[in-house]
Amino acid sequence: MALLDLSDVTVSIGALMPLDRIAFSIEAGEIVGVVGESGSGKSLTAMAVMGLLPLIGGRITSGAVRFADVELNRLPERDYRALRGRRIALISQNPMTSLDPIRRVGQQIDQVSMIHLGLGAQQARLRSVDMMRQLRIPEADVVHGNYPHHLSGGMKQRIVIAMALAADPELIVADEPTTALDVTIQAQIIQIMVEMVRRKNVALMLITHDMGVVAQACDRVVVLYAGRVAETGSVERIFAAPRHPYTKSLIGCIPVEGLAPGGLKGIDGVVPGVANYPTGCRFHPRCSLAQDRCKIEAPLLRTFDEGAAACHLAGDPP
Amino acid sequence: MALFLIRRLLLLIPVFLAVSLVIFMIVRFVPGDPIDNLLQIGSTEEQKTAMIAAYGLDRALPVQYAIWLGKMLQGDLGEAIILRQPVSTLIAQNLPHSLILGSLALAFSTLVGIATGALAASFKDGWLDRLVMTLILLGSTLPSFWLGLLMILLFAVQLGWFPVSGARSWSALVLPVLTIGIGGVALVARVTRAAMIEIARKDFVTMLHAKGLPPLQIQLGHVLRHALLPVVTILSLRIGWVLGGAVTIEYVFARPGLGSLLITSLNQRDYPVVQGCLLMLAIAVILGTLIGDIVQAAMDPRLRETLR
Amino acid sequence: MTVPSSALGRLLRTPRGLGAAIVLAIIVLAAILAPVIAPYDYAAQNLRNANMDPGALHWLGTDEFGRDLFSRIIYGARTSLVIGVTSISISMVCGMALGATAGYFGGAFDRVVTMVVDLSWSFPEILLALILIAILGPGLASTMIAISIAYLAQFTRLTRAQVMALKSETYVEATISLGAGSGHVLFRHLLPNAVTPVIVAGMLATGDAIILEATLGFFGLGAQPPTPSWGAMMSSGTAQIFIAPWIIIFPGLAIAITVIAINLFGDALIDALDIRQRLREG
Repeated sequence: MALLDLSDVTVSIGALMPLDRIAFSIEAGEIVGVVGESGSGKSLTAMAVMGLLPLIGGRITSGAVRFADVELNRLPERDYRALRGRRIALISQNPMTSLDPIRRVGQQIDQVSMIHLGLGAQQARLRSVDMMRQLRIPEADVVHGNYPHHLSGGMKQRIVIAMALAADPELIVADEPTTALDVTIQAQIIQIMVEMVRRKNVALMLITHDMGVVAQACDRVVVLYAGRVAETGSVERIFAAPRHPYTKSLIGCIPVEGLAPGGLKGIDGVVPGVANYPTGCRFHPRCSLAQDRCKIEAPLLRTFDEGAAACHLAGDPP
Repeated sequence: MALFLIRRLLLLIPVFLAVSLVIFMIVRFVPGDPIDNLLQIGSTEEQKTAMIAAYGLDRALPVQYAIWLGKMLQGDLGEAIILRQPVSTLIAQNLPHSLILGSLALAFSTLVGIATGALAASFKDGWLDRLVMTLILLGSTLPSFWLGLLMILLFAVQLGWFPVSGARSWSALVLPVLTIGIGGVALVARVTRAAMIEIARKDFVTMLHAKGLPPLQIQLGHVLRHALLPVVTILSLRIGWVLGGAVTIEYVFARPGLGSLLITSLNQRDYPVVQGCLLMLAIAVILGTLIGDIVQAAMDPRLRETLR
Repeated sequence: MTVPSSALGRLLRTPRGLGAAIVLAIIVLAAILAPVIAPYDYAAQNLRNANMDPGALHWLGTDEFGRDLFSRIIYGARTSLVIGVTSISISMVCGMALGATAGYFGGAFDRVVTMVVDLSWSFPEILLALILIAILGPGLASTMIAISIAYLAQFTRLTRAQVMALKSETYVEATISLGAGSGHVLFRHLLPNAVTPVIVAGMLATGDAIILEATLGFFGLGAQPPTPSWGAMMSSGTAQIFIAPWIIIFPGLAIAITVIAINLFGDALIDALDIRQRLREG
């Protein structure tokens, strides 16, 4: 039984439907990368898993998010709250703004263990400082009493990682944890994060747009395009034999309009906005292999012997 | 912080001088001989001569101003025409009443305003929020003196809970403070609510939700603290407003105080008293704004750096 | 010109905007048609009928001199509206002139203007008005002047902010680079755009001005008798508070309704024109 399982999750915000039948799963201790250009729905997926869609006026209209066999989207809010921070934790995108500017950083980590593990202030502090040391924050004792604006971006993100790990979660959802950081620090942070989750056997849903990161850190990957899953599979297989044309372009095999091969830093507005999704396969306007069928009929996500792909042209299932 | 304080105090001086100049000029702008505005009708020639000598009324205007200012700084504000007492005595008698009323009204507005605004923001779009917003609308648009009169009608005349006017007992403070306070609450609640709603959208608040904290705790324990800064800012800007409200309400409730004194002496054309009162009120506004600035700087270290 | 008719249409479709507009229209009409609608002469005293309860003969009762309250309130609307609108209009025009010049040309003039504006900004309008009344003496004209000056700072500040924001927009630079003179840029391009938020702010300020006028009237410093003024009516009514409380209640109600209608209308107008952001600087 998978730790996290999304089956046909559809998310609506008002009259728009930014996520359509998202389906993938994450096993315990696994690192799964979720990739896509901006606008593909990656952050929304994170919010859906965390149950924070109401904060942005969204809701899951169909499908189910299962965590350890509990259907999260049907959970009463109080029970969901008990899970958040305790068994599922979030690392969000911008460390500059995810910490409360008027509180000391240490106290923000302590808070998690105090609430979820019932620790007293002293014990929580010891635990937090220990975590900070494991994350290789120098002079952790001193840094514990610092305010966020005293710390660099990389340090702040380590604090956020500490906050996420404080209550020994089973799953961490990391929404582009290095995008807002300096290029030179990005690799460091990914490395320390992977090291920690491996050591503690925590599953990690790593949202990113960097295929290089996926290659290095992830066991499996989920490729999103315009609110739908394009392909899923193990990192080895995907890099060796991608099935979906979009995945192929991401790896650099085929050129795609507006996309540098191997990267996802395409031109803004090339991914269709929610209001302008094309009919049929949403990728067909940019797909060099598109056929007439692709323009009319949306391909279903089909499972193959390894992974799944949503493309009419992918090989037949066994 | 000390440097900031010194800089702000130095800035006070030109402001004070400008305001005092305007007030000084009042008597000179009024049609007629200034001397008639400073003395009772039917004064003897001797008294007139004495007045001219004391205030240098036969000399150039800047000199007159200097003399007036000098006397004022020594505490001599002239003599009331009608009551024949030193203006400073009258002010000393009335100032404490105004201070009490003003401070209580300010405290009331701040505390109740913040609480109301915080609750409205925490239950945004609920019935509580809508109720508060309606009360805010009423509180800020109804003329305060009418509100005061209605309060008197209801609570003093009809129900007899409080005295109709005067300042003979502590209970006489309740209605005046409430009247001024309602307007103040409207202002503070509106700002608190708006600030909290804006802050609730920030990333760190999402993180707080993600950590599993209960929403009410997030609102009142975290968001509110951030919202306090804009509240202090608006209060320090509008502190003069509270004073203005106090002036009106004193008159409505026939309480002793600078406000009543001012209005009465305006009606009686008792210019020395008018000048004295206006001066005191102006000083109060200036000091109030200064205190507001200081509190702001204490709350947000970044503000101490700005050159004002 | 500056209030697009489509915005007006949008506004009138909201319940808030429509309701407020209707109420305002009624008030204005009542004020204009006062000689026609008022059942009695507002100054006609009839001491035998003093302090009568509201009834068939006198719809809102009478005051301590037997004067019909309903008629006095309708005529009082004239006073309040005339003073309010006139004072604010003068204040707006002067404020716009000062603010636009200061914002556009900058320099020493701007610094002086900003200094004076900041100075008066912290003083409540009532205090400023009282200082001016002290100089000018009580009366209708003095009240108008006092109110105009009391609100001058607000309009100056707002216009200046608008002009400065618009000044740096590229189309202005383009116009200047094409050789247009300052006056041309100012009048044909900047002012029309800057003016809309200021006019709406003026509308809202009219409500405050009416309250200010009533307050001054209550102090006995506003329009002098026999000119009927809502504030003065309430002032003399306080003596009758035990026997004829409606003398206080009705004029106050009239003020409240007028000001609330103005505020709701102005608020709805802000939403219809979508200029809430631009008004933040004021």
